Formats: sequence, structure tokens, C-alpha cells
Amino acid sequence: MKPLPTALAAGAVAVPVAAGLLGTVLPAFGMLPALGGTAFSLDPWRILLDQPGLAASVRLTIVVGFGATALSMFVVTAFCAAFHGTSAFRWAQAAMAPVLATPHVAIALGFLALAAPSGVLARMISPWATGWRQPPDIAIIGDPWGVSLVLGLALKEAPYLLLMLGAALNGIPARGLVAAARSLGQPAPVAWLKAVFPLAYRQLRLPVLAVLAYALSAVDVALLLGPGSPPPLAVLVVRWVFDPDLSRVFPAAAAACLLLALTVCAALLWLAGERAVAALGRRWAGSGRLAGAAAVRLAGLALPVVLALALLSLLAAALWSVAGPWRFPDALPARLDGAAWSAQAAGLLAPFRVTLGAALASTVLALLLSVAALEAVARHGPAARPGLLALTYLPLLVPQAAFLFGVQVALLALGLDGGWAALVWAHLLFVLPYVLLSLRDPWAALDPRLARVAACLGATPNAVLLRVKLPVLLRPLLAAAAVGIAVSAGQYLATLFAGGGRMASLATEAVTLASGGDRRVLGVFAVVQAAVPLLFYAAALVLPGLVWRRRAGLRGA
Amino acid sequence: MTLHLDGATVLAAGRPLFAPLTLAVPPGTVTTLMGPSGSGKSSLLAWVCGTLDPALRGAGRVCLDDADVTALPVERRRIGILFQDDLLFPHLSVGANLGFGLPPGSGRRARIDDALTQAELPGMAARDPATLSGGQRARVALMRALLSRPRALLLDEPFGRLDAALRDRFRQFVFGHAVAAGLPVLLVTHDPDDAAAAGGPVILLQPA
Repeated sequence: MKPLPTALAAGAVAVPVAAGLLGTVLPAFGMLPALGGTAFSLDPWRILLDQPGLAASVRLTIVVGFGATALSMFVVTAFCAAFHGTSAFRWAQAAMAPVLATPHVAIALGFLALAAPSGVLARMISPWATGWRQPPDIAIIGDPWGVSLVLGLALKEAPYLLLMLGAALNGIPARGLVAAARSLGQPAPVAWLKAVFPLAYRQLRLPVLAVLAYALSAVDVALLLGPGSPPPLAVLVVRWVFDPDLSRVFPAAAAACLLLALTVCAALLWLAGERAVAALGRRWAGSGRLAGAAAVRLAGLALPVVLALALLSLLAAALWSVAGPWRFPDALPARLDGAAWSAQAAGLLAPFRVTLGAALASTVLALLLSVAALEAVARHGPAARPGLLALTYLPLLVPQAAFLFGVQVALLALGLDGGWAALVWAHLLFVLPYVLLSLRDPWAALDPRLARVAACLGATPNAVLLRVKLPVLLRPLLAAAAVGIAVSAGQYLATLFAGGGRMASLATEAVTLASGGDRRVLGVFAVVQAAVPLLFYAAALVLPGLVWRRRAGLRGA
Repeated sequence: MTLHLDGATVLAAGRPLFAPLTLAVPPGTVTTLMGPSGSGKSSLLAWVCGTLDPALRGAGRVCLDDADVTALPVERRRIGILFQDDLLFPHLSVGANLGFGLPPGSGRRARIDDALTQAELPGMAARDPATLSGGQRARVALMRALLSRPRALLLDEPFGRLDAALRDRFRQFVFGHAVAAGLPVLLVTHDPDDAAAAGGPVILLQPA
């Protein structure tokens, strides 16, 4: 019984992922009885390989995956090297909070509203700087090399890596190491890179690989900001899965397998790259060379630009949602009105309910599973098999398109697709790892003697949990809940596959509407989609202070 | 009530941290255990009250008079413990902290008020523990342990954090109350002054 809670948490995630991978691999080799595939066949691969533009799709996928990951990593590292320990660092951490809470789709919609040829930026600088009186006919968004896609992904991933690097930095004596290196004559940013970064990166490896897997297989952002033909591989998978021609499912499965193989190779390549960089870094650190401080400080300014772009994107979406008539080169709309809001009010309701329902249900489930698992580990130690919990991080490392497709096949076989249970479970696959990750450290940081004292006063283990641990951990519990809500509200592919096309959330509805291209409607959807997690984040920030307003020991962070 | 340890030791990865210990602490007396840090003193206390880290394992028996409590879960052993830090529950008022281990029933309120008076904090039941001084918090922690009606009291270096003047007063406060309650007390410390103030036998933990 002791490992039951950890096994439950691991199984809730690992079983569907394994079933999903199987459900992806088998059809790729012709086996899917529901569609008449009963024999082993390489036809799906032949169809895939004959697909015109496949090579370009693969190339684009790789460029975007590595590009977004490396760019995010670079700007975050340079920023921390230049500004860790300064007020600029704290300012950036405050500024990134709303970006972290906002789903990818909302940020991407905002980026469209901001940076498209007819977007807010172009209007701000036209015609006085550009001479444009019409929106220019250039592919700023959806360029064939995926530059806008890389940038759009980095707007979300860089703040995430900054959060993770900030957490890692709290665990190492960064200030002392930098001081020691500076006393040896190293300029501050160089000292940070040589003495602190190698220690911090170890804890950053999992998040970085998660970013890489996400960037390789993101569908929602790619549909909004990426090129359409040829599209990235993950978009190709989704396009074929939902093709009216059902036989397209077979090459879709083959493409999903190819994406999986690409992701594994990319991760191995990244890890090899790490070693190369580490070897060069060690030589650099041992060389005693001091140069580079000015370059690092300059590169450190890139992250504030990324954060500003992300926040401006949100503002641009909000502005469009209330914009009245707005002729092209005008910097601002002629007037503001709520026409788009009142027109969309009815259409928003159903996807809003799906979004909120799935978010609340999957978050509550994730909290229960996480608390049960962490509590079992706290009570029983190794006998509770804490190692099993590593399995819950699988969905962060396996490309979504590769296993969600198989999950849908499995759900179809079980007759569960398109219902609430399937939707909530699919969201749980992504909510649980993030909730568990957010709770793990605060749980471990709780003074174990507090629980021991309570037990010695006669409280049973469950009473200790309810009367001492949960109240004391209220702040991290609410923060984890807010993370869960934000992760769920951002799920595009999970909603698409598990909802079977019958259940639309704000994320899926917004991407569907994006092809219509009405900026005002998209602005409304972006604002509502961002508002759901933002409200929960605000609540998680404010509530503990209200509940514990008479308890100075719990009011602080 | 007498606290007996019989062949008690703590094992890490199967190896005992110190030679097995057999001793008896009569009611109203203090026995002091001394040893360098890392010798397993605190782990021994954790094992006695039943809160040993699951990664470690205890061996031997803990008895209160004739009753073997070794197999009992911690909450049913009724062995109180005080640590170096007061470990008051930060989310509860001073009064609720005192009442935490007090079974429901009549006279609860009066007993809490009485404990507050003894801790020189009369009428402060509603206070936030974070607003008390270090000495006040330490006294509340002791009264909280005593109110749960323990059958023995373990002290895990409870005087280490207090400054010299306060330490002396708090020692007398703890020993005075424990002796008055007729409790067997097992004290772990590396401060010879603590052992001297305790007045009872002093045992040095021997490496295994």
C-alpha cells in the first residue's frame, strides 16, 4: 500500500502516454483495425515520404525547435549573467509573471496583433518612418524560415526558463561565488558565467529539454505564426488526422513517429552540445581571460526586449478587442467601443465553460494526486517509491503530437472520446507534472519537525496533514493551483484530440477563428483566454495574505 | 512512570550509529545524553518518540513502566518532545497552539488559560505566536507539550538558541515543570552546563 499514491500519480500519466505511443506506432505500420488496417505495412511511410515538401517540413521543424530553445536559453543566460542580484533582475521577475500565466495561444494572437504588417507596430511607425500607406505586402508573420514562429515561441519560453533559472539560483550560493570570482579580478558578468552558470544549469536541464520538445511539436503557435506550406511536421500530423479522408490517419501516424524520432535525436544532440559547450567553458574559465563583459551586458538587454514584446502583445490584443474603426496608418483607433465584445458574448460562453471546467477539474485532480504522492513519500520514504514520480514528467519530454494522436486512437477504441472524462484526463497529463513540480520543493522545504511535534502532541498522520501541513503550505498550494489552471487553459492539442472536435475551448476556438482573421474577435478571445489564468494567479497571490493577515509567520513569501 | 530504553540504537544503511544503549529514567528525574554532533543523539530521540526518518531504522525497545511502546505509532505513544526551535504552528494562535494536543472536553479553556498564566503570558490566547519574544515562544512550546499529557518528555537541545541569561531561566522553567509533573526526562545536549543544571546522570554516547 505504501507506494500506491506515487504509483497512482505515475500511472495516471505514464499509462496514457505509453498507450498513446503504441497507438501512434501501430497505425504508422498499417495496423488500426477500426479503419481496416489489420496487416503490417510500410505504405504509411511511403505516402509520407512521397509527400511534396516533407524535407522542407522537417527542416523547418528542426530550425524552429533548436532556434526557439537556443534563443530563449541565450537571452535568459545573458540576462542573468549581466543582472543577477540587481534590481533589474527583480523587475524582470515581476514583469514575467503575467507572461508566464498567459497561454501560448493568447500571446501568439497578441504577437499577431502587434507585429503583423497591419499590426500595431507598423501603424505606430507609419507612414512617417516607413512611408507605408497600405499594410506592406511582406511576410513578417509566417515567413518560410519560421523566424516569427521562433520569436513567438521565445516570448513564452524565455520567461519560463528565467523562472526556472531563478529557482535554481536560489539553491546555490551565487552571491558568494560571484564575489569570490570578482575578488580574483573577473568582471561581474564573466564571473557569473564562469562560477555560477555551470552549477545552475544542472537543474535547468529538464526544463530546457521540455522547451525543446515543446518547440519541436507546438501546433497552436505554429498555426498562428508559422508558415502554412510546407508547415512544421506537427501541423502536418494534425492536418492529416482531421482530414475528412480517414485513410490519411496512416501517414499521420508515420509523421508523428518521425516527429518522435526527431525529438529523441534533437535531445541527444542538445545533450552532446552541452558537453561541447561545457568543455569549451572549462577551458575559458581556466584561461584567466577577462574579456567579454561588455558583450554579455549588451546581450543581457535582449531579455527585457523579449519581455516587453510579450507584454506589448497582450496590450495589442486588448486594444484590438475594443477598437472601433481603425484605418491603416493611424497609430490609434478612431474610437473605442465594445462592439466586438457584445458580438462575441454568446459565442464565448460555451468555450469559456469548457476551458474553466477542464481547468478546475484537472487542477483539483492534480492537486489531490500530488499531495497524496508527496505525503506518501514524506511518511514512508524510500518505501513509497519516490522514483516513480519521475514518470509523471514524461508528457513534458515527449512531443505532444506523437502521443496525443495515439491517445485519441485509444479513447476511440474505449468509446471515451469527446466526453468530459477524456478531456479532463488529457489535460491532467500536462497539468499534473507542472503541479507536482511546483509543489515538490515547498513540500521538501517544510520543516519536518513541525509535523513531528504535531504527531508527538497526539495528532494522527492525517490530522497532521490537515491541521498543520496543508494550512502552512497554503501559499504554495494556491500557487500550484494557479499554475495548473494556466497549463490547462493553454492546452490546444490535448483539447483538440480528447474533445474529438466536439468540445471547443477558448484555445481551440481562437485558433479556428484565426483563419478568419478578424483582429477584434481574436483580441476578445486572447483577452478572455489570458484573463482566466491571470485571475487565478492574482487570487493565489492575494488570498494567503488575507487568510493569514493575523499571522506574521505566514504572511511573507 | 519510568522510561526504559533497552538495547536501543539507530541504524543507517544497516550500520548502528552508536553502541546499543540500555537505561532507565525514573519519574521526575532528568537523564542527559551527550555526544559529538553526528553521533546520532537526535536520531535516538526521534526513534524514542516514534518519528524516526523512514530512511533510518531503530533497534531495541522503548518501554513506559511495563508497557512496550516500540510498535505504537507516534501519536499513541504520548511522549512529548521539545526542539532547539520552538516550532509553534505559525498558522494557529497561541491559545490554539496550546490546545493542539489537548483532548476535547470540559475545562479545556481553563487549562489553556492556566498554562498561559504559568508561561507568564496571561490573557494572550489570541496572540499571533510570531509576535512573541523568543523566551515567550519557548515557554509556550513547553506548556503545549505538557498540556498534551505526555508520559515522558524528550528534550533535543532545547536551550541552544537562547542567549545566556534567558537560557538559565528557561532551564529552570523546563526542569521545574517536568519534575513537578513527575515526568521522566531524557535530555540531549552538547553543552556541559545543560547537563550540570539537569542534575541527573550523564551518559556519553559511544561509537558503535
